[in-house]
Amino acid sequence: MITIEITSFSLFFGLILGTISGLGKLSRKTIFRYPCIVYIDFIRGTPLLVQILLFYYGIPGLYSNATGNSLQIDPILAGIIVCSINSGAYIAEIVRGGIQSIDKGQMEAARSLGMNERLAMREIILPQAFRRIIPPLGNEFIALLKDSSLLAVIGVHELLKSGQLYISRTFAAFPVYIAVALMYLVLTIVISRIVAYSERRLGVSDRS
Amino acid sequence: MIEVKDLYKRFGELEVLKGISVDIKESEVVCVIGPSGSGKSTFLRCLNLLEMPTSGDIIIDGEKVTDKGTNINKIREEAGMVFQHFNLFPHKTTLQNVALAPIKVRKLTNEEAEKRAHDLLKKVGLEDKANVYPSALSGGQKQRVAIARALAMHPKVMLFDEPTSALDPEMVGDVLDVMKDLAQAGMTMVVVTHEMGFAREVGDRVLFMDDGVIVEQGTPEDIFSNAKHERTRSFLSKIL
Ligand SMILES: Nc1ncnc2c1ncn2[C@@H]1O[C@H](COP(=O)(O)OP(=O)(O)OP(=O)(O)O)[C@@H](O)[C@H]1O
Ligand SMILES: [Mg+2]
Repeated sequence: MITIEITSFSLFFGLILGTISGLGKLSRKTIFRYPCIVYIDFIRGTPLLVQILLFYYGIPGLYSNATGNSLQIDPILAGIIVCSINSGAYIAEIVRGGIQSIDKGQMEAARSLGMNERLAMREIILPQAFRRIIPPLGNEFIALLKDSSLLAVIGVHELLKSGQLYISRTFAAFPVYIAVALMYLVLTIVISRIVAYSERRLGVSDRS
Repeated sequence: MIEVKDLYKRFGELEVLKGISVDIKESEVVCVIGPSGSGKSTFLRCLNLLEMPTSGDIIIDGEKVTDKGTNINKIREEAGMVFQHFNLFPHKTTLQNVALAPIKVRKLTNEEAEKRAHDLLKKVGLEDKANVYPSALSGGQKQRVAIARALAMHPKVMLFDEPTSALDPEMVGDVLDVMKDLAQAGMTMVVVTHEMGFAREVGDRVLFMDDGVIVEQGTPEDIFSNAKHERTRSFLSKIL
């Protein structure tokens, strides 16, 4: 199903992007910190619908103005890219919060054992932060799943768009929209169950 | 072995250390006492550069560690630190807590590091807790693991910042016993403590700090029974 596919890919790439920019925002070096702040604030401060339209219509428009050639982006690919960039910004804030929630003493203990900052991050801080960010990451997953319905506007045949196409053939708006809503509901319930389960599995050893 | 010359440390407007000079010899056990906020922790943290001194020099084993070019990580490998709140790694077992830095920093093989960790856990009386997580340990046990963790790097000096003040009274003895053994084995130690009994029994020297300076220092006998300064006497009369 395209909705799940887009959401999963976007969450995966968003996690990578979010970890990098979340760490970047915490960096002491302005050259790393500044671009990350701009990225995060821009994405979080603008509607996803605008981002989708900007990317799908705006960028190819710019390209053809500049080169005279036309550029057609595959809607699904465009959807994954925009959703990845979008969730990356939200995940960056989740990652940053997770890292900052780890007691300062952990970094000090690691450093006092002679570990450099990188090693301490990798061995001590990130593994603990990761456990803490699983619940908000689950929420982000759910939000992303619902928001992916916005991709209907660029013709991605995800759940909502499929419903709309079905309505245009059958004119049965109410039952189809209800069915679409229920399918989203089932998906989000399944996801929150999975999140709660992994939280319990990982939570066992995490209390200091 | 450790030479501190005219050490100053300032946090913004607040001057916390105002010219500390002290020499610590090999195998010496130096206890630091003084009122809250006098700068004891800051002094200790400067010794392994968890805090960067504002000015002054620290020379460890002939190497001036306060120079710009020194490798701070190398210095910290040689100075084990034990914190008031243990700071064990909660996502690692007791054994992993102890073995991690030897593997990652000293580049020991897993077997070597685990053997070392087992030996050290035995030494602090916790060999049966090797595979549990810190959450399953009592405060006293956590602190003994933290000591083993620091010792696993084979440091030249051990720094203790109020290692027993977060513990229930009945746990304090076990931790102090481990520290006594360590002192007897010849470890160089700097111990910030409120345990006057320990300072008296184990300390070679006691430093009394107040308001960012060392007001008075001497043998435990000198300080506890014949303090020269009024400030020392009034501090001691409050806590003894
Ligand atoms: N990172 C910091 N930033 C700003 N001020 C600090 C910092 N660390 C310590 N201080 C201040 O420096 C002073 C001395 O602190 P320090 O922790 O060295 O005292 P202490 O003698 O260890 O006291 P205690 O017995 O309460 O542990 C205090 O006033 C404290 O508020
Ligand atoms: Mg202190």
